[in-house]
Amino acid sequence: MTTGLLIVQILNGLQLGILLFLVAAGLTLVFGVMDFINLAHGVQYMLGAYLAVTFVGITGSFVLGLVLALAAALVIGLALEFLVFRHLYARDHLDQVLATFGLILLLNQGVKMIWGAAPLSVPVPAFLSGNVALLDGILYPTYRFALIGSGLAVGALLWFVVEKTRTGMLLRAGASNAPMVSALGVDINKLFMIVFAFGTMLAAFAGAMAAPILSVEPGMGDNILILAFVVIVVGGIGSIRGAFVGALIVGLVDTLGRSFMNDLLRLFMSAPSARAAGAALSSMLIYLVMAIVLFVRPEGLLPSKGRA
Amino acid sequence: MSEATTTLPGPTARALPLPARRVLLIPVLLFGLLALLPLAVALGLPSHWLTLVTRAMIFAIAALSLDLILGVGGLVSFGHAAFVGIGAYATGIMITEGLAETLLILPVVLAVCGVFGLVTGYVSLRTRGVTFIMITLAFGQMVYFLAQALSAYGGDDGLTLYQRSTLLGFDAFGNRIGFFYVVLGVLLACYLLVRVIVASRFGRVLRAARENATRVSVTGFQVPQVRLVAYVISGLIAGLSGFLLANQTEFVSPAFMSWPRSGELIFMVVLGGVGSLHGAIIGALAFLFAEDILAGWTEHWKVIFGPMIVLFVLFTRGGLVGLMRKLGAGRDD
Amino acid sequence: MTEPVLALSGIQKAFGALKVTDGVSLSVSPGELHALIGPNGAGKTTLVHQISGMLRPDTGSIRFRGQDITGLSPERRARAGLARTFQITSTIPSLSVLENVALGAQARAVHPLALFRNAARDEALNAPAWAALEAVGLTERAHVLAGRLSHGEKRALEIAMALTLEPAAILLDEPLAGVGREEGERLIALLASLKGRYAMLLVEHDMEAVFALADSVSVLVYGRVIASGEPAAVRADPAVREAYLGEEG
Repeated sequence: MTTGLLIVQILNGLQLGILLFLVAAGLTLVFGVMDFINLAHGVQYMLGAYLAVTFVGITGSFVLGLVLALAAALVIGLALEFLVFRHLYARDHLDQVLATFGLILLLNQGVKMIWGAAPLSVPVPAFLSGNVALLDGILYPTYRFALIGSGLAVGALLWFVVEKTRTGMLLRAGASNAPMVSALGVDINKLFMIVFAFGTMLAAFAGAMAAPILSVEPGMGDNILILAFVVIVVGGIGSIRGAFVGALIVGLVDTLGRSFMNDLLRLFMSAPSARAAGAALSSMLIYLVMAIVLFVRPEGLLPSKGRA
Repeated sequence: MSEATTTLPGPTARALPLPARRVLLIPVLLFGLLALLPLAVALGLPSHWLTLVTRAMIFAIAALSLDLILGVGGLVSFGHAAFVGIGAYATGIMITEGLAETLLILPVVLAVCGVFGLVTGYVSLRTRGVTFIMITLAFGQMVYFLAQALSAYGGDDGLTLYQRSTLLGFDAFGNRIGFFYVVLGVLLACYLLVRVIVASRFGRVLRAARENATRVSVTGFQVPQVRLVAYVISGLIAGLSGFLLANQTEFVSPAFMSWPRSGELIFMVVLGGVGSLHGAIIGALAFLFAEDILAGWTEHWKVIFGPMIVLFVLFTRGGLVGLMRKLGAGRDD
Repeated sequence: MTEPVLALSGIQKAFGALKVTDGVSLSVSPGELHALIGPNGAGKTTLVHQISGMLRPDTGSIRFRGQDITGLSPERRARAGLARTFQITSTIPSLSVLENVALGAQARAVHPLALFRNAARDEALNAPAWAALEAVGLTERAHVLAGRLSHGEKRALEIAMALTLEPAAILLDEPLAGVGREEGERLIALLASLKGRYAMLLVEHDMEAVFALADSVSVLVYGRVIASGEPAAVRADPAVREAYLGEEG
């Protein structure tokens, strides 16, 4: 294990963390404001990636493709909100879970029917290709830096909107007391739609940005979704700050765990046992961390104030 | 009064109108029909039905166990398939290692499921509502990844079993009809067990806590403890179904504990009618039949099934048992 | 002077800068009905939550039957014999009235969580439940689902649920709230019939009921007890008239 490798893996962990943050932020917002658990959120991430594949392919331009993909994802997300989600806000969580589960089945299969089951990808845009030289002569892909950077920028934008704008204030108020906000004359349906649109865009953006470096395939959203759940549980439901911290923790622990578990175990056991145990342990690691956090603080690390 | 009445003891012996006969009718019919299936197959029904119904009954055992915590206890666990998978893998691994004796396998299945249930249940039950759903989903996923990482036992491709379990040295599960009745027997036993538990003092507290946990705790009951016990019991029963599943398919794979499988179990419970117990059995049968039929039409059957689930949730109340009650009530008036 | 069943000493609770309970001390003797009155927002329900264990006071102590219960969970307090009713009715709607009440008897049974003992036909649980229902006058409604009762009947049910705990003290949080005249009179008669048998802390707004039933009265204003003692004396206290009764004209 060299310093160079460690730095690269830390950066990879940050990158995964940023992606998780983008997905988890939308999820926790929707949950915090509308008390709505949306299992199909991962599908929105997946759609962002697939739409990026299509639009970048059509236009030949990464940026243009990205913008079109986001627009299309927003339209689809709003359509789903209108057709399905809207009718579930008043239902209990069991109904929400089941209905959104049905949606996942539909959309995962639909994606397979439209784009085929084989993994697809998006070429890294020319202006972001190449590497950045870090110390020790280590090279790190420029695109991954761009991903981290753009994710942080979006995060900052989100923070600004939620903390400093009127809409954000309504969001925070709605998160702790939706009926009261409604009684104040705010159109709660419009507010919900805005929250939902935000969430969809964040997830789709994450998916589109991830498309050049991860493989785009049916069901890619499911794993991200479950990791996003871990992020939210660790960070605290309804809390964007919690989602950020949780995402970084999950991203780093998962990435570093997978890279170095083998080496760590080799200190204690033989190479083949270390490899077997390492594979098992590293995939379970993040869930063990989640269990420990919950054991100590069931409400999460940075729970949003005002939630019961 | 035309309905059967049962008197409950009390100083003035009031009568409680219980539709006692009607409540028993559905499960009696259900088990009766199931018991007669092999006869029907002998008389000409395609033998595919035997395999399908056996599989459905195995899932019914798992769905029944889920109904205990979800329907009765109100705990929406999205990781229940993990117990089925653990039971199946414990069975598969032991058979692969040459220990095919049921009397050795079952204690291991129950022990592993029990420990898993205790540990994950304890952590999960410190949370409520949506967090509980997310955590059970995450723990289920953890077990799934663990199974995938077991390269010595097939990893992602799964593990084929070269034989079924033996009972006292005999190949007790090899005969298809014999195995059918073994599964039916286990299903009946589990159903009766869960019914007794739900009607018991313990069950009353579990039921009450679903609606008003605060009231139950200021009455003097430790609600998390009660729920943990229910969670472990349901995990043990689900593990048992995993043992049976491994024997039927002679194959175990991580897909047995995948989260879509957990979602399907939830759907079976809701489809049949949350909390009714025999509804979970009916739901499992209906689900597996529907899956069988749809999969026969197209490889993309999930594209039909998905919307069916969505529509079901949006437009129905009470599942199939609720529907039967409505139809039955109409006739009685 | 017999030792009080329930004794609060110096209870303080603040939410941020807001002092909800500001040095409250009071005691309830065996068989005494002690009323707690005060304007809205005085912190009466918060105080009841602290006594029953749902909230933890910042400082101060609560003694019950000679034991310090300040650190005990609500479950343990119930086991020790402290029962309560809720301001917003808290029953189990889909269980019958009888089952709701039998739950309390079940908590006191030797095997409260038996896995294999049928609960509904259990005479050991039903007998005390019937007794409690007779005491509150709900025997006719025993097999009705609790969710279907009228508001006044639900308040009576809560009292029955408290009785099956065989409590030494009952905390009653506005049992007459939202109840109509006739049902209110029946509830007052019920509470009068329980006097002397149980120590009761009665939080109420209905002044007629309070002064008809109470052996002693404490007045809570902005989290502090501004007067405490015999009903007639409290009624005549100028500070009380000004802070509370005076507001009503």
